[in-house]
Amino acid sequence: MRQITVLSGKGGTGKTTLVASLAVFAENLVVTDCDVDAPNLHMLLNPGIMQKQEFKGSKVAVLDESKCIQCQKCEENCRFNAINDLKIDPVLCEGCGLCAYICLVEAIELREKVCGYAYISKTKYGFMSHARLNPSEENSGKLVTLVRQNARQIAEKENIDLIINDGSPGIGCPVIASVGGVDLGVIVVEPTLSGIHDMERALKMLNHFKVNPLVCINMYDLNIENTKMIETFCGSNRVEVAGKIPFDPLVTEAMVLGKPIAEYSPESTVSEEIKEVFRKILNSH
Amino acid sequence: MIISIASGKGGTGKTTVAVGLALSAENIQLLDCDVEEPNVHILLKPMICEEKPVYSLVPNIQEEKCNHCGKCAEHCQYRALFVAPERVLVFPEICHSCGLCTIVCPEKAISEEKREIGVVKKGLAQGVDLVYGELNVGEPMAVPVIRYVKKEIDKDKTVIIDVPPGASCPVVESVYGSDFTILVTEPTPFGLHDLKIAVEVLRTLKIPLGVVVNRAGIGDMKVYEYCKEEGIPVMLEIPFSKKIAELYSRGVSFVTEMEEWKMKFQHLLKRIVEVRIGEANNGS
Repeated sequence: MRQITVLSGKGGTGKTTLVASLAVFAENLVVTDCDVDAPNLHMLLNPGIMQKQEFKGSKVAVLDESKCIQCQKCEENCRFNAINDLKIDPVLCEGCGLCAYICLVEAIELREKVCGYAYISKTKYGFMSHARLNPSEENSGKLVTLVRQNARQIAEKENIDLIINDGSPGIGCPVIASVGGVDLGVIVVEPTLSGIHDMERALKMLNHFKVNPLVCINMYDLNIENTKMIETFCGSNRVEVAGKIPFDPLVTEAMVLGKPIAEYSPESTVSEEIKEVFRKILNSH
Repeated sequence: MIISIASGKGGTGKTTVAVGLALSAENIQLLDCDVEEPNVHILLKPMICEEKPVYSLVPNIQEEKCNHCGKCAEHCQYRALFVAPERVLVFPEICHSCGLCTIVCPEKAISEEKREIGVVKKGLAQGVDLVYGELNVGEPMAVPVIRYVKKEIDKDKTVIIDVPPGASCPVVESVYGSDFTILVTEPTPFGLHDLKIAVEVLRTLKIPLGVVVNRAGIGDMKVYEYCKEEGIPVMLEIPFSKKIAELYSRGVSFVTEMEEWKMKFQHLLKRIVEVRIGEANNGS
């Protein structure tokens, strides 16, 4: 089974646009949306949900005021400043349980909370595993792990040998969870100085976790000089540039209609170039 | 006053707005809390005058005192400890530094040690005080670095916070304590979808908010319809323009080359103050 994750470092460079069209070109795949904070892939692939599963990712401390003797031990010892005037702020609480442990009268209990939902769905291009973390929750990395587990289970059951993961921006916990153990990390970069800076950090992160990288330049014609800079950088670091996708307002048009660009305008240069990226992904080792 | 600039979706123009606002006003401190991928310094090119390492506290096991009872691992909610028959394994990357293991250990065999996970840099650029954090590559937890960046808040200044994308803990940590949040969106289905998520986060935190529409003219009108229905003010529109995009690609804030925008950002700041006063009056 091959697992590929599309990431970028910087947000909004075109990960989801690319993944949706890769799904169009793949004949047999499971696609996932690992951006559980702000998932968008479902808006292009219109999945029909087959299974919904609660995600209990973390715990929260709950104080029983009737038992509390106001000794303030909890407040003094909480490292997250989550207890003020003997009220626990569920947003700041990280569910460590220290307060419950040190409470002299067992007035604090650690409770599991539902932090989001994971879904297994079917789209016209194959199975999809995705999720939604409730706004302002933590533990997005754990939910990403669940999404990927679900994807592997379907792939095994249905004899599918390709999984493509749509990653989230950044290089922290959810992104690390989305690249662990994959065969290839495809970095989508835009030709801006910020995009290049963030790509370099994403490449280092892939290197740190020993994941093979591939780079795809999106909207490359917005700044040809920067595009050349990316190509030179990749060349000297022996990273393959798998494709250069031009800027095209058709991409936004397709998004407004809720379709992958490869479905909306298969003849466009954008679609042709993504097809080429797909071919290179399959051939890379 | 603390104003944070957030979005939900990445790449909508948070940094463009944060820097544009900072360069248009006076007495500004700008904090870049996107410590995974900080970009403000690329536009501002500051002179760095101070660098401070960011540490997290992780357990240090004194094996000679440890009797491998397993209590520490049993109580750790993050599974950052594993007690093998001969040895205790610590996974420092996932430790939240809560300190519980040091308390539960009956042998007092656990102390805490510092571990460097990132850096905070302070500098000055074009009259703006800049503070930004950088999470070390390979480290999963951004929140402790964000906390260090926010420790540098200078209350005598107007503080602008550039927030990371998303809607989970790093976003909450960054916007917490703000007097006002500007949500930057683009008028597309993705932009709207993630704007709604960001609005939920801010309403939970009870932070007043307004919207800036970036790349106005692309996509559709649904962002505007949503804002109208929800009573959220659209405070500024920045049109989709090749010139602005090209300047950004070279690491130049468009307000330095298109001076007329400074007035618009000043106006935005004035409106934020007015909305704040309005809310305060309604609240009392």
